[in-house]
Amino acid sequence: MQAFQYKKANDVDGAIGAGSTAGLKFVAGGTTLIDLMKLNVERPTMVMDINSLPLTKIEKTADGGLRIGAMVRNSDLAHDLTVQKGYPVLSQALLSGASPQLRNMASTGGNLLQRTRCYYFRDTAYPCNKRNPGSGCSAIDGYNRIHAVLGTSEHCIATHPSDMAVAMVALEASVQVKGSNGERTVPLKDFYFVPGSTPNRENVLAPGELIMSVTLPRLADGTRSYYLKRRDRASYEFALASAAVVAQMQGRRFQRIRIALGGVGTKPWRSTEAETVLESHEASAQNFRKASEAALSGAKAMHDNAFKIELAKRTLVRALTVVTSAA
Amino acid sequence: MSTKYIGQPISRVDGRAKVTGQAKYAGEYNVPNLAYGVIVSSAIAKGRITNIDSTKALSLNGVLQVFTHKNAPRTAERDENYWDEVAPPGSPFRPLQNDKVMFSGQPVALVVAESFELAMYAASLVQVEYKIEQHVTDLDQVRNEAYVPRPREGIDPPAKPRGNPESALAGAPVKIEVEYSAPVEHHNPMEPYATTVLWEGDSKLIVYDKTQGSVNNHDYVCNVSGLSSDQVRLLSPYVGGAFGSGLRPQYQLVLAVMAALGLKRSVRVTLRRQQMFTLGHRPRTIQNVALGAATDGKLQALIHQAIAETSQYEDYSEPVVNWSGELYQCDNVKLGHKVVHLDFCTPCDMRAPGAVWGLYAIESAMDELAYKLRMDPLELRLKNYTERDLNNNKPFSSKELRECYRQGAERFGWSKRNPEPRSMRDDGSLIGWGFATGAWDAMHFPASAKAVLSADGKLMVGSATADIGTGTYTIMTQIAAETLGLPIEDVTFKLGDSTLPKAPVEGGSFTAASVGTAVKQVCDKVRGKLFRVAQTLPKSPFANAKLEDITFADGHMMLTSDPGRSVSIQEAMRHGGLSSIEESADAAPDEAKRSQYTLHTHSAIFAEVKVDEDLGTIDVARVVSAIAGGRILNPKTARSQIMGGIVWGIGMALEEESVVDHKFGRFMNHNLAEYHVPVNADVHDIDVIFVEEHDSIVNPLGVKGLGEIGIVGVAAAIGNAIFHATGVRVRDLPITLDKVLAGVAVPKREILAPAA
Ligand SMILES: Cc1cc2nc3c(=O)[nH]c(=O)nc-3n(C[C@H](O)[C@H](O)[C@H](O)COP(=O)(O)OP(=O)(O)OC[C@H]3O[C@@H](n4cnc5c(N)ncnc54)[C@H](O)[C@@H]3O)c2cc1C
Ligand code: SF4
Repeated sequence: MQAFQYKKANDVDGAIGAGSTAGLKFVAGGTTLIDLMKLNVERPTMVMDINSLPLTKIEKTADGGLRIGAMVRNSDLAHDLTVQKGYPVLSQALLSGASPQLRNMASTGGNLLQRTRCYYFRDTAYPCNKRNPGSGCSAIDGYNRIHAVLGTSEHCIATHPSDMAVAMVALEASVQVKGSNGERTVPLKDFYFVPGSTPNRENVLAPGELIMSVTLPRLADGTRSYYLKRRDRASYEFALASAAVVAQMQGRRFQRIRIALGGVGTKPWRSTEAETVLESHEASAQNFRKASEAALSGAKAMHDNAFKIELAKRTLVRALTVVTSAA
Repeated sequence: MSTKYIGQPISRVDGRAKVTGQAKYAGEYNVPNLAYGVIVSSAIAKGRITNIDSTKALSLNGVLQVFTHKNAPRTAERDENYWDEVAPPGSPFRPLQNDKVMFSGQPVALVVAESFELAMYAASLVQVEYKIEQHVTDLDQVRNEAYVPRPREGIDPPAKPRGNPESALAGAPVKIEVEYSAPVEHHNPMEPYATTVLWEGDSKLIVYDKTQGSVNNHDYVCNVSGLSSDQVRLLSPYVGGAFGSGLRPQYQLVLAVMAALGLKRSVRVTLRRQQMFTLGHRPRTIQNVALGAATDGKLQALIHQAIAETSQYEDYSEPVVNWSGELYQCDNVKLGHKVVHLDFCTPCDMRAPGAVWGLYAIESAMDELAYKLRMDPLELRLKNYTERDLNNNKPFSSKELRECYRQGAERFGWSKRNPEPRSMRDDGSLIGWGFATGAWDAMHFPASAKAVLSADGKLMVGSATADIGTGTYTIMTQIAAETLGLPIEDVTFKLGDSTLPKAPVEGGSFTAASVGTAVKQVCDKVRGKLFRVAQTLPKSPFANAKLEDITFADGHMMLTSDPGRSVSIQEAMRHGGLSSIEESADAAPDEAKRSQYTLHTHSAIFAEVKVDEDLGTIDVARVVSAIAGGRILNPKTARSQIMGGIVWGIGMALEEESVVDHKFGRFMNHNLAEYHVPVNADVHDIDVIFVEEHDSIVNPLGVKGLGEIGIVGVAAAIGNAIFHATGVRVRDLPITLDKVLAGVAVPKREILAPAA
């Protein structure tokens, strides 16, 4: 761990004002950042505490959507009644993540920005392009059972570990960010980058830009949603594969469907391929399987993670089965 | 009031201190002027340190010293000085004494600073350069180089072959030949290793250390650093779990002592979780089992051979294969155990070392054989049941295993099992029922204890044993209180202090027997003294009595035949003018008697799994474990031990593995998020049965110890249940969902309906 300066932001502008300082990191719940600082993976020279910022509201937007402040804790969001009733997929995703203690600390903004669990990234004894650009990727020829099969490059195959973000991608959320150049809104599906040749660049945020909130659009009445996560133990564990499904049915037919996968992609993976297979088609076991084949059609297996392709397909099929069989 | 405590479910006497935070652990002693040490770990697995640059670290204000192999005080030269009580043959690791790197994560520097944070920062600035040499960490790669290790004290080498195993196997009408693989596991107790050394001036040290043996580590510190015995007092009153990792001194101990002596200051060194993966571990072990049987299930041949890992510098070995020859009646048996050198640190005993792997293999193999024979797995065990240990040709001192089978099967409902794999379903999930046997040693070693009874009737008993969470404090207090008939609140048991009478390390499930016997003996001596004093009272009711005629209960001595005639213990002391009675006892096992028998605990484990075949989800819905472990001193702490073992067994079956990157020779999942052990949600019904077992041979208390038996066999029972559920036999632990999915072919059938 390296020595750093600590400052507390009293208001949003104060936080953003410090934004251009080299080596600055915001700290929210700290459950990602402090961990990685202790491992010498994150080495900020200045840590700006944003826990006092007034970004803690969950409120209805004018058009009937929901705005979630960046500092809303994961447990508060998961147990919010509007979320539980209107966006069950989000509540389920949150509750499938981490542990109650972690969720009590973890913030909405921090969750979006959590870093990969790639073993090599988290241990400075290994080369890693994401941590140390140009040093090489230890996972590609190494032990890659937990790594991604979608969106990989020859420079990085790490998954994005968030469950919450997968649900939010399926909900077509957008992110409001604010920096010294003002405020902007980015659709969450465009927020993350695939690694390409710069795996160290993970998202569109400019240095010092602050996440203010996440907005969920209004869902049509009767929309159903569901999150299913598969992992190595029943709780307190990241996804090997997960699926978020948001569906609007007309009888047995999908009028509109949004699908995102977790645990298999280098970012929370929206699958328009699977959506295309299903939209305006019948909910049937065959179509579910076809959709899951489409979702994973671009998948590339490494030495130890080929099983994830079939697992992700089955997870999606099961999620679709459940969401369409709900009363 | 009743002072009958033995056999009662007494709550932990140290429980309150622990849950209220009053119990202090080795890393929690704060003293003025304490300095903090942080260890720099090697990034490579094998090679030489060519340069260590500490200048940046040392330039920080408040950094006191950076110890490296260049400037660290020399410790003893001879291997003998490093041999602790349980060291295997070889040349033990000695931190910072030379430039050699022998395993990844080896300590290569110790940074000491005025604050922990500063020491952490400074440690990140120490630059180490290496000359890398080619390492080998993959057992499979060098299994052909396996050799028979030098024997380890206290561990029997594999029994000599009997009969003609090879030809019997060749001629057997039904046979199986299979290989099982088990991964490295790390102990990972909640409390990381820590040592706080208090500098008392004049090279006198008080050392708070996390250990399973305060005497063992005290002697080690003296032998290694050249201090005399009375210059060091080593204490370890509370231990936050150890599971065997604290049987040997860990490297932070010698580093903390080195720093304290070098700086003439109090120093604390604590390991980080990542560094907990640089300590001894359960060795990766490959086992080959061949069984041949007649069509009626009678075993005709049994061959069980293991290959495990050890380090480059010590011959670690554990008892893996002998269990197979002891457990079953078979005339043609061959057992073997070999090791290979890998560039890891030396493995270390871990809860039921050897037995855990050995019984996983033999009990999985017996299950495989049962299917081949189309015979009930339990019936196959009974068919080959033995009343004699045929490895050593000795009777068992006691063996209620048959009763474990019977009671366990009945509680579980085994008779309702449909033997066909994939035949049982519930809610769309496949159900599997599996079964396995467990066994462990009932050891007994010399131990000493002292007792001080004061005039107010308060008793202190002490012995330098440990309580690593097993309940030692509690059961020793029970034994002492009942022996002297004192209320349990008036009895204190002290342990974890090298100045107390000597006891062996706490391990191997021998503490209840060894220290329990010493406690009983020393309290018996106090009894004798009290009785003699009571006899001198005017008009003593005991004038014509003998000690055997007296019952000690409820704070009194009384004639057993006429309890109304009694003397209170305090009254006797008052009349005798005694301010206290002090006794000590050295208890030793009755080897003449014990050596004529094989002394074991046994168990039968029944497990039910629910498997969602599509998604590979495995749930261990329930486990019934029937234990024959001699006399149960405290059913509450005993049950906790067995439950803990079963939970761990679930992890061993399904989750636990220290993953190695062989290119770098380094463990990868070195944190408790990625190193998987069961969470609450993984654990469902656990039912523990203690089968009555009387044993007057094992030791005077009739106890056999319960620390390890609970875990043995659990992984096999679960693996067998998974086969029964799915028809997929995974022979490579842990049985993760990808291995199950690989066994179940890609869907050729309709997708199953989801669970409601
Ligand atoms: C053991 C363990 C298990 C876990 N299991 C799971 C799991 O199963 N599923 C899952 O989804 N997650 C899991 N997590 C991850 C957890 O969800 C994240 O650590 C958490 O959500 C991060 O939120 P935080 O507020 O603590 O972030 P912090 O650690 O405070 O911050 C994380 C990053 O975000 C930046 N940041 C924070 N807020 C803002 C903001 N408003 N604007 C700009 N930048 C910001 C910080 O600078 C930092 O770089 C687990 C974590 C741990 C430690
Ligand atoms: S997969 Fe990405 S994060 Fe992991 S080692 Fe490779 S570059 Fe680093």
